[in-house]
Amino acid sequence: MNKQVAIIGAGIAGLEAASILDSMGFKVTLVEKAEHTGGHIQNWHQLFPDRRNATEVAQGIISKPLANVSTEFNREVTSIQPFAEKFIISAKDGWVFNADAVLITTGFELFDAKRKEEYGYGIYDHVITSAELETLFKKENGVTLRIGRTPSRIGLVHCVGSRDEKIGNIFCSKVCCVTAVKQAIELKELYPECEIYCLYMDLRMSGRHYEELYKQAQEEYSIQFIRGRLSEAAEDKSGKIIVKVEDTLLGRPLKMTMDMLVLMTGMVASAQTASICSSAGIQKDSDGFFKASDPHLYGNITGIPGIFLAGTCSGPKTISDTLSDARSAALAVQSYLSAEANN
Amino acid sequence: MKIEGKKLIWKEYQKEIATDDYFYARSCIRQNFFPGSEKAFTRILKDELGKNLYDSQHHTSCTGIGYHTDVVPFETTMTVVARQFSLMQEAGYSNYIASCITSFGLYTEIIETWKHFPETLEKTREYLFKATGREFSIPNNLAHASDIIYKFRNEIAAKAKFRLVDKETGCPLKVVEHIGCHYSKMFPHKGVGGAEFPYVLTGMIEAWGGEVVDYPERRHCCGFGFRQYAIQANRGFSISCSRKKFESMAPYEPDMIITNCPGCPMFLDRWQYALSEMEGQTYGKNGNGIPVFTYEEVAGLVLGYDPWDLGLQVHQVPAEPLLDKIGIPYNPENKFKGANGEDLGQPDAPNFLKFYKE
Amino acid sequence: MNEKKLAFGYTVSKDRQIDFDEASLELYNKVCAAEPSIRLCISCGTCAATCSAAKFSDFSLRKLILQVRRGITKGLQAEVSKCMLCGKCQLACPRGVSTRALIMQINMNLQKTGK
Ligand code: SF4
Ligand code: SF4
Ligand code: SF4
Repeated sequence: MNKQVAIIGAGIAGLEAASILDSMGFKVTLVEKAEHTGGHIQNWHQLFPDRRNATEVAQGIISKPLANVSTEFNREVTSIQPFAEKFIISAKDGWVFNADAVLITTGFELFDAKRKEEYGYGIYDHVITSAELETLFKKENGVTLRIGRTPSRIGLVHCVGSRDEKIGNIFCSKVCCVTAVKQAIELKELYPECEIYCLYMDLRMSGRHYEELYKQAQEEYSIQFIRGRLSEAAEDKSGKIIVKVEDTLLGRPLKMTMDMLVLMTGMVASAQTASICSSAGIQKDSDGFFKASDPHLYGNITGIPGIFLAGTCSGPKTISDTLSDARSAALAVQSYLSAEANN
Repeated sequence: MKIEGKKLIWKEYQKEIATDDYFYARSCIRQNFFPGSEKAFTRILKDELGKNLYDSQHHTSCTGIGYHTDVVPFETTMTVVARQFSLMQEAGYSNYIASCITSFGLYTEIIETWKHFPETLEKTREYLFKATGREFSIPNNLAHASDIIYKFRNEIAAKAKFRLVDKETGCPLKVVEHIGCHYSKMFPHKGVGGAEFPYVLTGMIEAWGGEVVDYPERRHCCGFGFRQYAIQANRGFSISCSRKKFESMAPYEPDMIITNCPGCPMFLDRWQYALSEMEGQTYGKNGNGIPVFTYEEVAGLVLGYDPWDLGLQVHQVPAEPLLDKIGIPYNPENKFKGANGEDLGQPDAPNFLKFYKE
Repeated sequence: MNEKKLAFGYTVSKDRQIDFDEASLELYNKVCAAEPSIRLCISCGTCAATCSAAKFSDFSLRKLILQVRRGITKGLQAEVSKCMLCGKCQLACPRGVSTRALIMQINMNLQKTGK
């Protein structure tokens, strides 16, 4: 008898786990809220730290064999209820489904930059997000078209929506520092004459080859780094953006005008996290993401046997960390279901 | 600039403002700085809008300036404020209007303190009772007087004799709005429109036909700063703050500045004079300054009140160029006459700032 | 007109803000061209901690580099002259900044422009 696994979310974590569980012989159903699989990676141009083409990586994941996997699109799961050793999964549109085990891979949402009112996103024309910059990179001349001229100065603002108790997110999103450095390099390649500034609190180059990328950004691309969190942005008469930071290493306030300001929006827990947690009886962590029962030893296991976690639904992760997490979750699901079968 | 983005923020910060039956606490300094403003407020509320307003004679300073200059301890301030609330209760009101932004900010801070620390509230009750035998209740609705004018901005517009437009061209006037820091910087949700893009004055300006100038240093403090202006040697600090704002707004060629705090119109007005004398610099056209008004003065002008009744003759930056631009009539001969028509004499003309004598 | 100006017992304070729009990066660009390793500085302060001159004055190579980067040249000549060119900083720097060459470049360019 083939056990049924439901995977909630067909981003890269869901897809990776699906292909492994499928190869193990389980019946797998991917439940996706959007119209397509792949999630955020679809919108990205190049990946850090090696500038790998994002579409290529997405293809690599999407094209893995999914022989017996069925996918439900446009189903936004709002509740998972344990019932008689099974789980009843319900979506917003009324769709209901039963499974023997559930793997949650609902991922993250990008922080809504409008909430940092002082940065003027959604008000000032030339304040954009890092995600928007990626889509501009995908289009030829995207950046120039967006601001209507060749830029002469661009600023990248770290920690937007992260490390900020004022908007309720104390955590670090992990990927945005290196994304800023990568995007700064890409911008410099597009506009060699343009001055590029990263405004940061700490540079968290925590992954392999990130520090090298940072050094390369300084050495080969003359990217400048100013240690100071953006305090406010304003628009001048010509629509350029005036930013105010403290150059904390000099101990003096600093003002400069930019053609474009890119906000490195962080990750936040996806909207359905709270309702899934309360329906399933699993825990939400203080940062709003799902909580594993033991983050050291069993990062994929929740407090309810049969419900598992993978990817950024349990906190910010890079793509490679997400994929490893998905593989480890697949093993956890397998070991649970085979123990069930032996009972 | 996308106005839709601002509208989204304005939607986030709506506050409840009582519609009638107000207890009005005047400001201890505004009547000296801008003597016609509070009078205009009571006149608008009573005569134009038909509201029930209790203009208390017995309240004192809220001690805000003393508190902010470290002269009055917070316990004393809370007790004094409790007495104001007691006066409100005694008069049979529960909607409190503060004329002053410092007071409004302080009342908000105190009410929040009491909410989070009930034992402090009890202590205050005890102090007030021991000192005066009084009891008090916290207002049901606390508003700044500018919230009230904001609430009735459309009613005022409906009765308007003048609009904030250039009578020659029909173009909206370019208006700088400056919000008192303590209106919403400490408690953004207590101010209409929040702290980053406050709407309270913008709403009036829009309703009365003007156009708001969004200039880079709009968030900067006017320079009041309590400790800074209070001591002569520190005033350079204060004037530099105002100067930063003037430098930033001047390229937009604003026709006027509207404010909602006692300190802001005082400093934005008087410092323009002081800067003109110290540096020879004026920020308007042809040696004029940028005239500065309280929102009550502007409401009064819009409603057709006589400029001299509104106290515009005590402004150091003359209002005449603006009155001419809108087409508001005034009699220059009455500029320096008292209420009874008695000649009060004329001040000396400044060296640089253009002066309008009778 | 000047004699008319009044004194009120206070003066306009000088703005401390670095107005980067007004800053000239001429010195930085020149130094950078001659000694590109200035770009590598991460302001860690290792140099300043070990610096011979920093023990007896408020000299900081970390700060000096940052000032050059921000286009602040005022008073820099006096700062640079505090360096004893001992080279301890170069030994310590984790980023391979060629500190001695850098200091000499800064000094040379400042002397040229007479700042
Ligand atoms: S990774 Fe960097 S930019 Fe992102 S939240 Fe952490 S410190 Fe901030
Ligand atoms: S060379 Fe100059 S800066 Fe470097 S350690 Fe010696 S004195 Fe200090
Ligand atoms: S030790 Fe090197 S990297 Fe560190 S501050 Fe000095 S010059 Fe810069």
